[in-house]
Amino acid sequence: MNRSNTKTIIRRQRLYEQLFILLGLVALLVALMTLLALFTRLAIDGMPRLNPDFFTSFPSRFAEKAGILSAWVGSFLVMFVTACAAIPLGVSAGIYLEEYAPKNRWTAIIEINVMNLAGIPSIVYGLLALGLFVQTFGFGQSILSAGLTLALLILPIIIVSTREALRGIPGGIREAAYALGATRWQVVADHLLPYSSGGVLTGVIIGLSRAIGETAPIITIGALTFIAFLPTSPFMAEFPFISFKWVLDPFTVMPIQMFNWTSRPEEAFQFNAAAAGVVLLAMTLLMNGVAIWLRYRIRKSIKW
Amino acid sequence: MTPQPAATPPELKAQARELNFHYGAFHALKNISLPVYNEKITALIGPSGCGKSTFLRCFNRMHDLYPGNRYGGEIRLFPDDVNLLSQEVDPIEVRMRVSMVFQKPNPFPKSIFENAAYGLRVRGMNKKAELEEKVETALVNAALWNEVKDRLSEPAFNLSGGQQQRLCIARALAIEPELVLFDEPTSALDPIATASIEELMLELKEKVSILIVTHNMQQAARVSDYTAFLYLGEVIEYDDTKRIFTNPEKKQTEDYITGRFG
Repeated sequence: MNRSNTKTIIRRQRLYEQLFILLGLVALLVALMTLLALFTRLAIDGMPRLNPDFFTSFPSRFAEKAGILSAWVGSFLVMFVTACAAIPLGVSAGIYLEEYAPKNRWTAIIEINVMNLAGIPSIVYGLLALGLFVQTFGFGQSILSAGLTLALLILPIIIVSTREALRGIPGGIREAAYALGATRWQVVADHLLPYSSGGVLTGVIIGLSRAIGETAPIITIGALTFIAFLPTSPFMAEFPFISFKWVLDPFTVMPIQMFNWTSRPEEAFQFNAAAAGVVLLAMTLLMNGVAIWLRYRIRKSIKW
Repeated sequence: MTPQPAATPPELKAQARELNFHYGAFHALKNISLPVYNEKITALIGPSGCGKSTFLRCFNRMHDLYPGNRYGGEIRLFPDDVNLLSQEVDPIEVRMRVSMVFQKPNPFPKSIFENAAYGLRVRGMNKKAELEEKVETALVNAALWNEVKDRLSEPAFNLSGGQQQRLCIARALAIEPELVLFDEPTSALDPIATASIEELMLELKEKVSILIVTHNMQQAARVSDYTAFLYLGEVIEYDDTKRIFTNPEKKQTEDYITGRFG
């Protein structure tokens, strides 16, 4: 092959490379610009409504007086229940599957189905919860029912991220611990859990940021769309000072509040919806940001 | 450090008898019988894949961690003459007596102190004074104390590769084992770190029995008292290190030692 020929080939390959770079950039911009346009629009519409009163007022028939107090408190409490249920369940299941379960056909079937669970439409979880939590267990249309429903929804995310975090720990570390006479539980508690906490935490936050935006299952279990009161306070003046009565109270959450406002005919409510949307997006982005920061921090402190 | 042909045979620390080992269908070790003498260094040499690491890892039942592995025959541990491979013997019990240093330094992502102390913590030791004393002894024995005594709370990853490996040796020594297994402990280290670890092993054999796998024949010749040459899962020859390296009986051993294959 002569030299000028080689040059032509190289030039052609370079051209393909440039073309691909261009294509990739366009693809990226389509995704980013859409999100940016959406967010800008929401922000422009919602900004005038984003004042302190908006956060401390209950919903109202008058758009200018309406706020998201019951919605953000509701979202916060539901997330709290979700985290309390999903973290221990998901992390334990992940540890069991990765470290304890015998590697046989049953485990393989379970593993595949955990993955499948992540793909089940959330409304199906809503129906399940309506029958199970709301009716059979009698939790009613409460914060508890909603929290448990969303916990089920994000369990697969937490299980998968726990397993991935565990798999990221080099085998040499496990062997070192076992070789010193550690039991399996000691290896898990003293080594695997602490070293995988970054990955697990990231998965938990990503799960929660998905859960906070879920609307369908919460509507299915019958969350109210108009709530002008707060759940019972978890703190009491007299012994035992902490009350869990709030878990059985009715509630609303941010996306439902938004949904309610967008279905109103008056235009003023659309601006409320946009403002609530900005708040919800900010919450989600903030959670994802925390997840990224945590992952970065922990990767930096543990290098294999 | 050339071993003197002993008038009375040295005391046995462990002995493999007709040891067979299978990874699933693969017959990795075939009828291995080999003594490990007390307070001596026994080296295992042989080409890659000959089963020397597999053999070493039988001594602390490391293979129990993975499914599909099967032992046959016995490894007796003295003085109580117990079969390490017996189903009735808990692998954790074995690992309480036989500790191991790995090929790649594998400290935990914890402090230097916690690394050296972990084996003691596993054994339920929690008193600070006691832990500190044992950790210091172990670090002194691993020739690391002077370099780390002022920064015991620093992460172990801050140490150099050779220091990390000595920390792993300290970790293995802290539990006062009867037998220490070294699985190519210097293959990831530079020549200076290697020399310091070899020197360390020669000091350690005053107190503990050592079984070492090495890829490096000079290393086996420098540190060990006895050497076994393994090939394709079998012991081809076992003898005093001096005799193996100067006057081997089998042609295969001679070919390997002189670099004609391997």
